[in-house]
Amino acid sequence: MTKRDILVIDDEEVITGAVVRICTSEGMTVDTASSGAAALLLLESHSYRIIVCDIMMTDVDGFQFLAEASRRGIATPVVMATGYSTVENAVRSLSCGAVDFIPKPFTADELLAVVRRGIRCGQLQRQAAAPAEELPDSMAYVPCPSKYYRLGYISWVLVEHEGTALVGITDLFVKTIDGLTGLALSQVDDEVVQGETCASVVSLDGTTHAVMCPLSGRIVEVNPAPAAEPTVIEKDPYFEGWLYRILPSELEPDLKQLTPCSSDRL
Amino acid sequence: MRGRQIGFKLTVAAGVTVLVTISVFAYISSRSYSKSLLAEVERHANQLSETVRSSTEYDMLLNQRERIHEGITRMGGQSSIERIRVMNKTGTIIYSSDASEIGQMVDKSGESCYMCHSAGRPLERLEMTERTRVFRLKPDAPRTMGIINPIYNAPSCWTAACHAHPQSQVVLGVLDVTMPLAEVDKDIRSARIEMIVFAVSAIFALSLIIAIFVKRWVDVPVDELLRAAQRIGDGDFNFRIPENRDDELGLLAKTFNNMTQRLSEARLQLFQSDKMASLGRLAAGVAHEINNPLTGVLTYSSFLLKRTKDQPELQEDLKVIVRETIRSREIVKSLLDFARQSVPKKTEADINEVIGRAATVVESQLALNNVKLVQALDPALPKAVVDANQMQQVFINLFVNAGDAIGPKGGTVDVSTSSMSLSPVGTTQIKKAMCPKRHNLIDNEVRIDSKPSIRIKARSNGNEGFIYLNSMYGAGGHHHGIVMDATKEMQLVCPECSVSLLCPGTTCPDCGSAVYTFEIPSRGMVEGCTRKGCDWQRWEAVDTSGQKEYVEARVRDNGCGIASDQLSKIFEPFYSTKGQKGNGLGLAVIWGIIDNHNGTISVESQVGVGTTFIIRIPVRT
Repeated sequence: MTKRDILVIDDEEVITGAVVRICTSEGMTVDTASSGAAALLLLESHSYRIIVCDIMMTDVDGFQFLAEASRRGIATPVVMATGYSTVENAVRSLSCGAVDFIPKPFTADELLAVVRRGIRCGQLQRQAAAPAEELPDSMAYVPCPSKYYRLGYISWVLVEHEGTALVGITDLFVKTIDGLTGLALSQVDDEVVQGETCASVVSLDGTTHAVMCPLSGRIVEVNPAPAAEPTVIEKDPYFEGWLYRILPSELEPDLKQLTPCSSDRL
Repeated sequence: MRGRQIGFKLTVAAGVTVLVTISVFAYISSRSYSKSLLAEVERHANQLSETVRSSTEYDMLLNQRERIHEGITRMGGQSSIERIRVMNKTGTIIYSSDASEIGQMVDKSGESCYMCHSAGRPLERLEMTERTRVFRLKPDAPRTMGIINPIYNAPSCWTAACHAHPQSQVVLGVLDVTMPLAEVDKDIRSARIEMIVFAVSAIFALSLIIAIFVKRWVDVPVDELLRAAQRIGDGDFNFRIPENRDDELGLLAKTFNNMTQRLSEARLQLFQSDKMASLGRLAAGVAHEINNPLTGVLTYSSFLLKRTKDQPELQEDLKVIVRETIRSREIVKSLLDFARQSVPKKTEADINEVIGRAATVVESQLALNNVKLVQALDPALPKAVVDANQMQQVFINLFVNAGDAIGPKGGTVDVSTSSMSLSPVGTTQIKKAMCPKRHNLIDNEVRIDSKPSIRIKARSNGNEGFIYLNSMYGAGGHHHGIVMDATKEMQLVCPECSVSLLCPGTTCPDCGSAVYTFEIPSRGMVEGCTRKGCDWQRWEAVDTSGQKEYVEARVRDNGCGIASDQLSKIFEPFYSTKGQKGNGLGLAVIWGIIDNHNGTISVESQVGVGTTFIIRIPVRT
């Protein structure tokens, strides 16, 4: 198995070329594939830390590739990219098991941020899956509590008895960011949509990372704690570190797109 | 040419009736006329006969034969009398206006004798009517009327000086007066001809009048209906029949127009859905095609920007490229939003507030054109789950359009809201349907009214095909992709597993056909009639749920109005009456937004009076 950093799958040469150019300049090794079949062939002899995959391709689409890769036991995290950047595609990518979604066209910084987060995410997941004695210090990340639902590995939802729902960022997402220094939140009465950006966090290197909202609805309360001190999210992402209380507008269909966190613990 | 046939048939039927009635009337009246004419002649003849008898009686008693002879000859010479003769009891003619026959014997079977002598033994008494007879002396001669007057024995006869008659005799002789009927016959003939002329002209006149009215009351409206049906069949849904009658055909025309209106609205909604769907596909294609090259531009330019931080003169230029590419990205994104491929951000919102916000946006612009925006909002309006931004866009577009329609002369735009309840039948969409083995029956490919249909496989008479049911519960309009023989056994099965979907033992309460059934997960079963054209459906969960609440908003302007032929096109993408001012997408966008909210938008307009847009949005989705 040859170890490489990135596999980029796209039928447009200009895009694979750009990814190669940007990522190699950052010292990463990049392979390209122009189709799903070519990518699967490469994956037989190479291992990657991250795969960037286009959704609309000529042979198989991104979702089919994702399913085939997981059938073959390939655990490499996949970032979906598409020019048809609707919230449905974003949500579907995440609920199908992609670690992230990047709408085209993207800037070099956006690409690097997503790739780095994806690589880090893969590392953390591997650490979490490894036997405990190999990592004596602590858990790699805290998985979300069992009654929660999550949108990919990005954000979580807790439906409350009153019909409202709490929304926050998963520990895994926080851990993929290199040092959380800033947080930009929406306001009360703002409307949010599942799959659209509802908050953004700033990492130590000044990069902004968008947080996709797991639920559609209207914000009825913004948690003052992380607004005042963003690090509370790092310390307690699932309880004290919630971001919004939302009045959901389409709870049932939205929940179907999410993964119950209880399934992570089987 | 069905109309002509109906008119023709009606005219013929009425004409035949008139012909029979008038013919019978003419025959009867001509017969009674000739009868009464003859009766008159008969009375006249009788009087004459009595006059002759009484005028000769005295001379008879005196046996003045010469005088009798003279009198009879004179009287018989009159033109109205053909002949007068007197016969004695043996049948010998003793007096006659025709001197040549005096002394001759009369044949007992002759015209003047058979009345009394026909029975073998001579009659002694004759009734008045029996005394007259009508006959022809020769077959080609004109008709003649004869009247016989028996001369009975009287005391003065047997006591007379001549003693010619014994007392035992009853009838002494017979006075026979014959009168020509040529004049009378001429009268009867001319009367008959008059009657025939009258009858024929009456038949023609009545038939003509009936034909004219049938033409006016039946032919013309039926032709109009026929022409309208043909026009609409040809696709001209704007065609209207003039509604200027108050009879049943006028009512039919009204109903027909109403039906056409509904049909054209339904067609428009369908057409719109189609247009918006293709526009959505177009936007998706464009987004994909443009975003890929844009990615090349953006990645390389932003990469260069990162790498040339030490070259400020390059930085400025690169920043422009990056900024403008990001702007292009936003434009493409908004194109996708426009094609409503993006999910609307639906939250519970007060439509009144949405209208208020929209009003503040456009008020100053409208005020410049002297257009006043008057709000009559229902304070008790329930909140509805909508995308407030999209709905605000809807009202802004409508207000601006209204202002444009009014123009610089000024006017008012009225916006009002109200709530209403509508029956769930025909307004509830079946979004999930399953066979007993839990296979999904919803088909996203075949759409009815732009909504996914419910697909059922049908087998009948060796044929196999699909039936696509309208997912709007109770709305009808199902597509039958297979021709079914109603007399043959039919099978309806799940397209996936072929499990039967027929409901054994149940028949349609409307037409008695077989009934299909499928499950709506957690909302019970839906049953429906299998016969094409029968729209009966039952869904207990919905039937018992009562009416569904809607919020209605009306935007009315007193502007120039929209001509009826343009009315059907205004929701079409790229259709504009504003020329260079608009891109023709405004109302198409509105239509898309309202459709996406499961609502409806309709328009009423009159040229020169104004236009009203009516929007209905369900309170709960």
